[in-house]
Amino acid sequence: MIGGLFIYNHKGEVLISRVYRDDIGRNAVDAFRVNVIHARQQVRSPVTNIARTSFFHVKRSNIWLAAVTKQNVNAAMVFEFLYKMCDVMTAYFGKISEENIKNNFVLIYELLDEILDFGYPQNSETGALKTFITQQGIKGQTKEEQSQITSQVTGQIGWRREGIKYRRNELFLDVLESVNLLMSPQGQVLSAHVSGRVVMKSYLSGMPECKFGMNDKIVIDKQGKGAASDDAGKSSGKQSIAIDDCTFHQCVRLSKFDSERSISFIPPDGEYELMRYRTTKDIILPFRVIPLVREVGRTKLEVKVVIKSNFKPSLLAQKIEVRIPTPLNTSGVQVICMKGKAKYKASENAIVWKIKRMAGMKESQISAEIELLPTNDKKKWARPPISMNFEVPFAPSGLKVRYLKVFESKLNYSDHDVIKWVRYIGRSGIYETRC
Amino acid sequence: MMCDFLFSLVCTGEIFELKAELNSDKKEKKKEAVKKVIASMTVGKDVSALFPDVVNCMQTDNLELKKLVYLYLMNYAKSQPDMAIMAVNTFVKDCEDPNPLIRALAVRTMGCIRVDKITEYLCEPLRKCLKDEDPYVRKTAAVCVAKLHDINAQLVEDQGFLDTLKDLISDSNPMVVANAVAALSEIAESHPNSNLLDLNPQTINKLLTALNECTEWGQIFILDCLANYTPRDDRESQSICERVTPRLSHANSAVVLSAVKVLMKFMEMLPKDLDYYGTLLKKLAPPLVTLLSAEPELQYVALRNINLIVQRRPEILKHEMKVFFVKYNDPIYVKLEKLDIMIRLASQANIAQVLAELKEYATEVDVDFVRKAVRAIGRCAIKVEQSAERCVSTLLDLIQTKVNYVVQEAIVVIKDIFRKYPNKYESVIATLCENLDSLDEPEARAAMIWIVGEYAERIDNADELLESFLEGFHDESTQVQLQLLTAIVKLFLKKPTETQELVQQVLSLATQDSDNPDLRDRGYIYWRLLSTDPVAAKEVVLAEKPLISEETDLIEPTLLEELICHIGTLASVYHKPPSAFVEGSRGVQHKRLPGSAGSGESVESPDTGSAAGVSEAPPAVIPSQGDLLGDLLNLDLTPPTTTGPPPPASSGMQMGAMDLLGGGLDSLMGTGFGAPPAAMPASFNVPVSGGLDDLFDLGGGVGMPMGVFNPPKTVWLPAMKAKGLEISGTFVRRAGVIQMEMTLTNKAMSVMTDFAIQFNRNSFGLAPAGPLQVLTPLSPNQSIEAALPLSTVGPVMKMEPLNNLQVAVKNNIDVFYFSCQYPISMLFAEDGKMERQVFLATWKDIPNDNESQFQIKDCHLNSDAASNKLQGSNIFTIAKRTVEGQDMLYQSMKLTNGIWVLAELRVQAGNPNYTISLKCRAPEVSQCVFQNYEMVLKN
Repeated sequence: MIGGLFIYNHKGEVLISRVYRDDIGRNAVDAFRVNVIHARQQVRSPVTNIARTSFFHVKRSNIWLAAVTKQNVNAAMVFEFLYKMCDVMTAYFGKISEENIKNNFVLIYELLDEILDFGYPQNSETGALKTFITQQGIKGQTKEEQSQITSQVTGQIGWRREGIKYRRNELFLDVLESVNLLMSPQGQVLSAHVSGRVVMKSYLSGMPECKFGMNDKIVIDKQGKGAASDDAGKSSGKQSIAIDDCTFHQCVRLSKFDSERSISFIPPDGEYELMRYRTTKDIILPFRVIPLVREVGRTKLEVKVVIKSNFKPSLLAQKIEVRIPTPLNTSGVQVICMKGKAKYKASENAIVWKIKRMAGMKESQISAEIELLPTNDKKKWARPPISMNFEVPFAPSGLKVRYLKVFESKLNYSDHDVIKWVRYIGRSGIYETRC
Repeated sequence: MMCDFLFSLVCTGEIFELKAELNSDKKEKKKEAVKKVIASMTVGKDVSALFPDVVNCMQTDNLELKKLVYLYLMNYAKSQPDMAIMAVNTFVKDCEDPNPLIRALAVRTMGCIRVDKITEYLCEPLRKCLKDEDPYVRKTAAVCVAKLHDINAQLVEDQGFLDTLKDLISDSNPMVVANAVAALSEIAESHPNSNLLDLNPQTINKLLTALNECTEWGQIFILDCLANYTPRDDRESQSICERVTPRLSHANSAVVLSAVKVLMKFMEMLPKDLDYYGTLLKKLAPPLVTLLSAEPELQYVALRNINLIVQRRPEILKHEMKVFFVKYNDPIYVKLEKLDIMIRLASQANIAQVLAELKEYATEVDVDFVRKAVRAIGRCAIKVEQSAERCVSTLLDLIQTKVNYVVQEAIVVIKDIFRKYPNKYESVIATLCENLDSLDEPEARAAMIWIVGEYAERIDNADELLESFLEGFHDESTQVQLQLLTAIVKLFLKKPTETQELVQQVLSLATQDSDNPDLRDRGYIYWRLLSTDPVAAKEVVLAEKPLISEETDLIEPTLLEELICHIGTLASVYHKPPSAFVEGSRGVQHKRLPGSAGSGESVESPDTGSAAGVSEAPPAVIPSQGDLLGDLLNLDLTPPTTTGPPPPASSGMQMGAMDLLGGGLDSLMGTGFGAPPAAMPASFNVPVSGGLDDLFDLGGGVGMPMGVFNPPKTVWLPAMKAKGLEISGTFVRRAGVIQMEMTLTNKAMSVMTDFAIQFNRNSFGLAPAGPLQVLTPLSPNQSIEAALPLSTVGPVMKMEPLNNLQVAVKNNIDVFYFSCQYPISMLFAEDGKMERQVFLATWKDIPNDNESQFQIKDCHLNSDAASNKLQGSNIFTIAKRTVEGQDMLYQSMKLTNGIWVLAELRVQAGNPNYTISLKCRAPEVSQCVFQNYEMVLKN
């Protein structure tokens, strides 16, 4: 298991050093500094073996976190733990920076003592930790409170404490998707996928039992069969989506999902990521990019790019940016665009075209003349793809939240009393068209 | 805030100030002082002088202060053991505290203080805490048992903590169960043969129940533990798989990977025609793909594991090529791994896409990545024949870029393409020759020289080209020198008239002016070959080369099996067994995949389950720098007359030499030499013609492993008992492959055909790794040699004596049974050399009851000679000690089933009687091992 955990600043000075196992000595601290932090080259592997000691490292802004071991540990677990450690620290004191770490070193040691015992990760849910690692001492607690803490930390629902009360029961669901595309110049989709996340903010009293439903094809088809009504099957079948794979927050009962494909859980309090998913079929591509590049002689290029928005006219896309790469020997560029602003950025070797807003089913165009310096470089310009950024208020995968039901039998509020908000945001991931 | 000040605290004067502050009456001041101490400790300053003052702060109600003091104690108690005792009372008191958090804190901290006196006091509180009413205390106590075991294993056993820990597996609280499992797994690792974890269907059921309820980390502990279990049959295996599959949707990648490990392992037991098997295969792909959207470090771990999974079960991800396409922003370590997997998944269906991608990559910035991409294009050509033409033209395009490292890499892979598709692409040679001057890397130079030598007849100025390399002969690396020597000899054989001078020049450079024994020997062999019999030389040197196989860089099957059992762990990231990087006894245990259901009965079904993975002849690998010697005579693959599989090319120089003399020379002498290639030249007692005799003497002197002893053939099945079929045979182990070498003689009047062989179950699971290769009918009075490669993954049953093997041989006449005994040294693995420390620890660890002593009489070797001789049979001497004229040799050997045998051999000068003590966790084998010693030493 993990033998020790060190945190360094960018100079390699150690800020936190906690050793869990006897086989890790102080020299390990220095070995990492010398071999990894002070090494000139970029990191060639996130796991480094120095003198039979393995270092797992991640970097957050200027800060290095390194977990050290001499055994055959579960490597995936060590990295997951390091990420979790970062999450916990962020939840306690905000950004991970040298200053914040120095200011909170006592807290960090206390956390490390709690969430890693003899190198074995223990409950590391911030919700639970915050009930008893408070930097205030626990003198004032009553016996009931204490046993409530321990049963929460060790219990089945380690991510939520009992006795939460809100005057207004409210929940927010954000469906955040990033749509990725690689398209050929002729408009053929080479690869496309959506990776999405459902983020939930819950402000609910008690221990509410929740059930989340979306237009998952498998569920809809099953129901359609059950209803035995052709019409229902057809109309819903159209709207349902095929999910390639999904993963869930640990609050979701996986065995229930496996057997019934229903998503039921008791949510943590506050914000967390309920699920991630990936789809590759029937993706709505919000924009189509149509490039036209013509080489006029050896010293001139003519570029024309049309973008078409492909969604309901009532919706508005925002933060649109098209990036058209230019050859390295570009000497001058003239741009004309119908909408937004376009600029040639020599340092980035690209024309950047920005449009603030654009409604659905519209199109816009840019044309540019690129003058080139004559070179004797035989190598042809590789024509990197045109990339795009944008944000749209719908889910490109077609995912729809059908319901999120809340049941809390002990407290007197029902599903109807809960105020629910759902929002869809689709962003561009790597959205490229070859030209 | 104050903390920057805290971190900058330095000089010794401060120690005094701190001392005063620590002894202050004001609580706040005390606490600040302790914080300063901890800050100094963190940056590596020695504040141990403050020990008593800090310990005085321990008795406090302030939990924060208490934790800080404990932190200090954990760090310094070992350096101040006497003073640490002062803390014991507080600990013991805290273990009785009404607050469960404090009880847990005390027991957790006490376990971290590695001072004997404290550990003694720990036992009572620990016992109470293990039965505490509060689950938080119990889960902490469970881990504490593992801590205590690490300090004093005996104490834990004596105090019965292990049983209490086992009881905790049935605890009502899932987190307690998870920690108990983690603690037990760790303890069990240092007692490989103890049945500590005692996994049976009942406990497995408990674990599977806890799996649904505990934290993400607990799920990992439990899944990792489950992976060590071997289900009784395929039905149990399936029911466990069914309960593990939901974990594949967990957000924590480690949970997913550990679940994949369990499924990959248990799948081995499922019959392939089962519907569920197919379902499971389908279920595995999506979660593996999802892992690639994790953070880059985790992606790396996932990719290293996927690399293993793809080798073991390519069908899982065969449709997922696209997800492995490299993204511009991927860190370099992710890019390189993705590229590796892309090559493995390349097939006719996706090759166009893959090639387009690879071509893009070849123009990137990172040199390593570009090289790998170029190499990948070559691999694709070899793997997918239909794409070869496009690959070659892509490579030629790349050569046109004139980027130095791209050109060199391209030439190296084109050489392999020539090997795979002879007489197809040689038209590009002219283009290659243009770049001769720009090559500065040995591998590329060697490849180019090989091409020139191989196609000398098509290159008009081949002699000039090679001569130009010859000028700086001594500055070249060995790889290039060897290649140049071979190339010029080839050239000479093709164009003898013009190149006589050149060949003499290179032979004299190689034999007279070089210090390198490999080069010298190769030079001498060629020299004598050319001067004795040029026709034979031509046959040897210009022999038709076997085609190279398409798969490259494959991990050796047994290692792959072991690594599959370690999915998710460091071993799977390094692609090395744990024993290669873990010290002490922890890593020694080798894990294996379970055998498939149904394959137990029939020996002749090599296509089912894990047997298939092992029994296939090791895939030939494109020769890399390691096995150059094997390249001599251009016979680096199976020599035509031997029927056994070639030794794995990865086994290095020594093996290469063996191959040369064993197989290579055998074919050199054509069919006149009937006996199967023996491993040691000294055992050649067949009369050979004069010139070649020399050659053997020469070969005998170099690079040969000392005294590999193989027993002579004995008659196993007399003709009288088998209707005229006589079988005599012996066992040999060569380059890690066990072979049964047999001479089948037909003493009957009619032709015999349709030979087949089967083994009964035996002690070490020996089974034929392939069918018996007797291809031609055996006419009356004819003999035939057959070598049957054996695997050790067959069904196991204890035999009496242990090394007894019952064999059934069938031919067109009848089925015949006989039994024979194999020397146990056949089972001694090449990696049987223990590290000294491990040896010591293991020797102590094995109870004395397991020790057995034997006398070897009338042996007249000195200890070094004995050691050398034994080494040949994979009995490794780890240390030698001389006490009062008596040499003690400490030796280790490892059986193929993972049993280690440790030996102490006492040799007294002048006394022909040796004493040998053997220690092994399975004492039954001792007798056999002793007999083997006797046999090896006396021959």
